[in-house]
Amino acid sequence: MTDSTTDVTTSDAAEAGPFGGLLDGPPHVVTAGVELFESTLRDQSVEVTAVDWRPPIEGDLAGPLARIAADPRTADANADALARITSAEPHWVGIRSAADAVGLEKGQFLHAGPPITWERASGPMRGALIAAMLYEGMADTPEAAEAIGEAGELELSPCHHHAAVGPMAGVVSPSMPMFVIENGAFGNQAFCTLNEGLGKVLRYGAFAPEVIDRLNWMQRVLGPALEAAVGQLGSLDLRAIITQALQMGDELHNRNRAASAMIVKEVVPPLLEAGIDPHDLADVVRFVNGNEHFFLNLGMPAVKATMDPVRDIPGCSVIVAMARNGTDFGVQVSGTGDRWFTGPAEVPDGLFLGDYTAEDANPDIGDSTIMETAGVGGFAMASAPAIVRFVGGQASDALDATRSMYAITLGEHPHYQVPILEFRGTPVGIDVTRIARTGVLPFVNTGIAGKVAGTGQVGAGLVSPPVSVFTDAVRALAELAEAPPAP
Amino acid sequence: MADHLDLRRGTYADSVSLMQVSRRVGDVAGVSKALVAMATELNLDLLAGMGFDTVDAGPNDLIVAIRAEDDDAIAAALAELDAALAASSGGGGASFGDGPPPRTVRDGAAAAAGAGQPADLALISTPGDHAYVEALDALRAGLNVMLFSDNVPLDAEIALKDEAASRGLLVMGPDAGTAIVSGVGLGFANVAQPGPVGIVAASGTGAQQLTCLLDDAGIGVSHVLGVGGRDLKDEVAGRATLQALAALDADPATDLIVVLSKPPSESVAARIRDAADACSTPVVLALLGPGQDDLTATAASVAAALGRSFDAPVWWPAPFERTGSYTELRGLFAGGTLCQEATLLVAEAFEQTASNVAVPGVEALTDGLDTAGHVLVDLGEDEYTRGRPHPMIDQSLRLERITAETARPGGKVLLLDVVLGHGAHPDPAAELAPAIERAILESADDLAVVVSLCGSAGDPQGRDRQADALVRAGASVHLSNAHATRKAIELIGGPS
Repeated sequence: MTDSTTDVTTSDAAEAGPFGGLLDGPPHVVTAGVELFESTLRDQSVEVTAVDWRPPIEGDLAGPLARIAADPRTADANADALARITSAEPHWVGIRSAADAVGLEKGQFLHAGPPITWERASGPMRGALIAAMLYEGMADTPEAAEAIGEAGELELSPCHHHAAVGPMAGVVSPSMPMFVIENGAFGNQAFCTLNEGLGKVLRYGAFAPEVIDRLNWMQRVLGPALEAAVGQLGSLDLRAIITQALQMGDELHNRNRAASAMIVKEVVPPLLEAGIDPHDLADVVRFVNGNEHFFLNLGMPAVKATMDPVRDIPGCSVIVAMARNGTDFGVQVSGTGDRWFTGPAEVPDGLFLGDYTAEDANPDIGDSTIMETAGVGGFAMASAPAIVRFVGGQASDALDATRSMYAITLGEHPHYQVPILEFRGTPVGIDVTRIARTGVLPFVNTGIAGKVAGTGQVGAGLVSPPVSVFTDAVRALAELAEAPPAP
Repeated sequence: MADHLDLRRGTYADSVSLMQVSRRVGDVAGVSKALVAMATELNLDLLAGMGFDTVDAGPNDLIVAIRAEDDDAIAAALAELDAALAASSGGGGASFGDGPPPRTVRDGAAAAAGAGQPADLALISTPGDHAYVEALDALRAGLNVMLFSDNVPLDAEIALKDEAASRGLLVMGPDAGTAIVSGVGLGFANVAQPGPVGIVAASGTGAQQLTCLLDDAGIGVSHVLGVGGRDLKDEVAGRATLQALAALDADPATDLIVVLSKPPSESVAARIRDAADACSTPVVLALLGPGQDDLTATAASVAAALGRSFDAPVWWPAPFERTGSYTELRGLFAGGTLCQEATLLVAEAFEQTASNVAVPGVEALTDGLDTAGHVLVDLGEDEYTRGRPHPMIDQSLRLERITAETARPGGKVLLLDVVLGHGAHPDPAAELAPAIERAILESADDLAVVVSLCGSAGDPQGRDRQADALVRAGASVHLSNAHATRKAIELIGGPS
């Protein structure tokens, strides 16, 4: 206790009176509830911090929230979850086909969001499945592909169930090359297909011949080239790229420009060294360079690999996945295992491109909300005030977006820092109980897909997740809560 | 007649602020009824009772229901509503420099620490169902807790007190209305000079009365720690009381400790006695109940233990001698312990005494507030505070009852407590004095009024000014609740 290297607070505590020194002088008070008591303290010139308290988002949640808080496992489980998130080390280590990476066989497809059937799927999702069927040679025409879908002959499974994530429709088929990401801290891997670019692409449900041609080129040329490049590098530290990108105006969901430029910077030298056919090399570089969202398909599996070790911790109230399939918005919580809590996906509210309006828009779709789940994307919007030009609002809204997320998260990321907030770490570890207590919903900005398959992006804006997914999760977690030992 | 009903979703304000807003709206000319409240089940019932249609709303939605003589009155009422809501909402404008205001105690504590002023106490007065998670946030952030909230489940109280003890922290409450820490009043508290007496109280107005009587005797308090009404029950077993006792024993500023409570069970009493004996500081156990010292006698024995003198507490006689024949003693109380003390004394004097407070030898009310005979009512009890603020803050129910009592035939003594201090009504005499004056005028010889004034010389309401106004209205005013009660008993013709 007298060792000079001892933490200062220990010796302070020994000198302070009981109750942490409460009786040693006028108290410094935090008030919550009736405003009257805040004012009586201010009248006495006392230091008061007033909590802007309101009841939980739904009336019957008091009991479940108390049960979860009383569960002796929860505090440690949440601390463990936060430590796992902040210690993740995602690296790009390779390229593998979906058949290799996740064991997909012909006729099997992964998709974004919680489980969905052909029947319930929206335009872009069906279009993407049609494109994938054509690409895999399961059908010769879109009509034939559609018939296979209608007949219920497709085996569909969420990307999330296979350590994978996909933007927009997120459809994955066996022949598609996938980025392989490894989390050095835990050894787990995550996968994502390569970004096709903008315009008429599979992920927005387009299935025209040019889409299939491009997918074939990606499989034949792009995939192997990038595999050679990463082979030269050994691995690429994605945490470092994300960290830098956040200080360069990206938030890594709606804005990936800086990160994508950094990827070009990283892969061109090894591509040159890899001895790839010069004609292909030019096409590859031009392709990667021309897509400002190229990094999204590396960022998403990077944070998927970050979040997967947080799954299945008993008593843990951290959200491990938020995802949409174009029909449903779903979340998964660590302590409730594989269960999806779903509600209707809404059309995001924002700005539309050209002549498009909300009438043209598909409900929310994609696994890209994994970015927010891990504390970037909308949660890091203060790093990317420029996107208000795209999603609507003012620059100060970008700061408010990030700052309001600290209310529902467990802590701050030590590496992902936001310069304008004095390098404060981004809010990480979304605690579903704090969503229920505060009424603050996760802040997500996203691209908006056209509802007619193949339209492409029609706009960008703010997602309103259905409140019920969080309240259902709280109730389910409460049912699994353990009672504290009898006093 | 015109009706207005609207729902404002996602607009929240606390119940006390809203009742004041409701009152302002109700006072607008031409308005006959107004309800501005969060859509809890209780308030939805009130809404239906007012004859409005049912609405689909939950506790995060604000109901605005107004009935007025015409649309112009409605418009005026809505304007008054907006002004009142704007006035009641705190600051929290988010500029570049400020983030949004904290929404949980965890974030409140973090904000305080971030501003270089770390907090050491959370004063929580949310509805009881929600208090546990906020209190846990506080303890985990290293803050002590004062839990003003009531209706907190017993197991939550025990869990919080155990968690607190394991961290060397104190949980005051639940249902802790009063505390003073280093001269700062928390909750409802009187302004008292600093001094050598430390009080551990399982009773709010009991602590207030004792503090005021001591203050008047020139004896100050070091700290008043409220442990909550249930702390000395078997299940809680005095957890907070024992911690508070030990802390005050260690406190250099405290030379004498008083433990104030209703009589606990024998096993808990034994624990407290053992702990008191182990203290190096002298401890006075004031376990109020039949045959025990009342609060005034307790104050006297505290003074004696300190070797100080204690004069009989000041009182002001009524301006005119009350000469009627009074057969009923009617007590209307805002302070729970004050009501209890009075009821005990009245029950000793008169066999047929009724109250809504559970006191040995006293009957329950048979006809609510209209029960005949000697009746003392704690208007702060749950059954009278549904949909209204506590009577310490708002006197409307008491004023209604004074009118109602006046209408009842026969001679009666009205016994009222008026509690001053931080948090209480800013000028109770302003409303009460005219009501007393009117009542005496209408009842002539059938009414005598006795006021028990719990307040200190330093209280913001101006105690002596309050006493003066009440005396001029026709009441006798007593700083000692016990003395006021004995005066009332004497007027009935019983022993004093």
